[in-house]
Amino acid sequence: MAGTTHAPRTLAQKVWDDHLVVRGEDGNPDLIYIDLHLVHEVTSPQAFDGLRQAGRPVRRLDLTIATEDHNTPTLNIDKRIADETSRIQIETLRANAEEFGLRLHSLGDIEQGIVHVVGPQLGLTMPGITVVCGDSHTSTHGAFGAMAMGIGTSEVEHVLATQTLSLKPFKTMAINVEGTLRPGVTAKDIILAVIAKIGANGGQGYVLEYRGSAIRALSMEGRMTICNMSIEAGARAGMVAPDETTFAYLKGRPHAPEGANWDAAVEYWRTLVTDDGATFDAEVFLDANELEPFVTWGTNPGQGSSLSAVVPSPDDYSDPNERVAVERALEYMDLVPGTRLKEVEVDAVFMGSCTNSRIEDLRQFASIVRGKKKADGVRVMVVPGSMRVRLEAEAEGLDKVFEEFGAEWRFAGCSMCLGMNPDQLAPGERCASTSNRNFEGRQGKGGRTHLVSPLVAAATAIRGKLSSPSDLTVED
Amino acid sequence: MPLRQGGVDTDQILPSKFLKLITRTGFEDALFADWRTDPTFVFNNPSYAGASILVAGPNFGIGSSREHAVWALMDYGFKVVVSSQFADIFRGNAGNAGLVAIDVDQKVIDRLLDAVEADPQLAVTVDLEACEISAGDIRSPFHIDDHTRARLLAGLDDIEITLTNVSEIEEFEAKRPSWRPSIHA
Repeated sequence: MAGTTHAPRTLAQKVWDDHLVVRGEDGNPDLIYIDLHLVHEVTSPQAFDGLRQAGRPVRRLDLTIATEDHNTPTLNIDKRIADETSRIQIETLRANAEEFGLRLHSLGDIEQGIVHVVGPQLGLTMPGITVVCGDSHTSTHGAFGAMAMGIGTSEVEHVLATQTLSLKPFKTMAINVEGTLRPGVTAKDIILAVIAKIGANGGQGYVLEYRGSAIRALSMEGRMTICNMSIEAGARAGMVAPDETTFAYLKGRPHAPEGANWDAAVEYWRTLVTDDGATFDAEVFLDANELEPFVTWGTNPGQGSSLSAVVPSPDDYSDPNERVAVERALEYMDLVPGTRLKEVEVDAVFMGSCTNSRIEDLRQFASIVRGKKKADGVRVMVVPGSMRVRLEAEAEGLDKVFEEFGAEWRFAGCSMCLGMNPDQLAPGERCASTSNRNFEGRQGKGGRTHLVSPLVAAATAIRGKLSSPSDLTVED
Repeated sequence: MPLRQGGVDTDQILPSKFLKLITRTGFEDALFADWRTDPTFVFNNPSYAGASILVAGPNFGIGSSREHAVWALMDYGFKVVVSSQFADIFRGNAGNAGLVAIDVDQKVIDRLLDAVEADPQLAVTVDLEACEISAGDIRSPFHIDDHTRARLLAGLDDIEITLTNVSEIEEFEAKRPSWRPSIHA
């Protein structure tokens, strides 16, 4: 920090260094301070049990905040939750929050919503901080230049008790995306293309730093979409250096610094860039000018291609393990090699999840479906990321646009991204989804998921087949 | 137990509908619940009943951070998972919960899978002290990081270890800039 000189460092190294409590000697991990701990109902009950058994309090209640999201229904939220195990899990969070003194935003609260939408919206997520949550999509918060990681329940307990984590330094990988996106191509297409390029395990052990003119040109929502899916490449975290876009998003938010604190913060935040001359352990380059709308055809997020392509054949792959994986994926997805992806018909469209449920995402979806009718037989569900997003959308009249289109306009939560609540696909149903995972059964047992952007989701909902906005005709 | 498939994600290891439990145990029937509905799935082969070592394809445990996936493997009776590559969060969760996750070269994995498929009764031995895995005439060193290995052998309480540094934590907190996030601000 101030007064010290360093060799050139990456953004990730700077944030790490500024949170070092104890440096690990002899191959032991470092002890890293955690600035913000986000809690939800699914991965916390056993952690609170552990604290209770050991008689330990939550060390920093002022750095810990909880919300209900995974199990919450998106209809009839004023009614008792019908599923008993879901209800018990949520009631357990409420009881733990009460007992330990945690701030909790429950169903019905204006700040309730998906944990990764709520943190940024409150201004709690800021540049240069460390963020953890018992959820792999915590990587979302890296869009602000934070180091944000998903953790397991033992680590949740560890952070609750100590506000620290034992971690070994990560390797760094630069993801350089230069150029200008064509109309109809968005942040979601960038990240799906990145994952297809490096693979669902390509980021393992790394913090990814997204750089380049195409990243700089993105809104905070777009950057969050990209960082959100870092985990789908297996990465520990994803980051974007903060800039004027970041500061403008944060200014005036409920927990953003004010007055002299704001000035001091911004002065520090401006230092959070990778220094000239710093080296990454790996680098990847992607040409934004060449990108097209992207879609997954398989059962992991790395199995994707341009929407204009055809379903690949297992024979296209030389690696025997990969060939077997593609064969299995196509069988599960019920796709025949050589089929044009734009001919694939869907039963459902899901617009939501921590990847794409912020106001800009809903505006993009609305911009395509406004004044149109959804395809017959296609179920379309629009689920805002938080109650605030829902209210903002309604203030802009987007709810009317969705309803006139024939979509269901729901309350906030994780919903059909993982189907812990009643929002699920039936066996065999095929869905174009703006979420983050196309694993077997992710959206309901036997369900088939194609990951897409909000724009592709909207065009698909109109045509009933995987489509981009450029496929729409006047008749549509 | 041989599980050839690569890229097994934690949604398969523990489907999300079983994430609703609020306990740390009781996940044994949830393990691979969807895949176990297929009678040909290896977990339905009685020859492997009681197995305590899972030999898995590459890139095991990708996706969700749910530690429940590790608990389910342990509840089912596994003490060790062997793969040529683990997802980072899964590996961390395994170490924290007490499941031994060891990295073995894919060539050795392939030989192990062949051997165990040919003879389901073949004994596989994992020596955590010597960092060596053996089965029949197969013998190979494996990798596990020293810190995790030491914790698994000693059964240490991680929180207790960290709290020996409480004065350093307090010192760090005293110097923390006031504009860092606070839910009370």
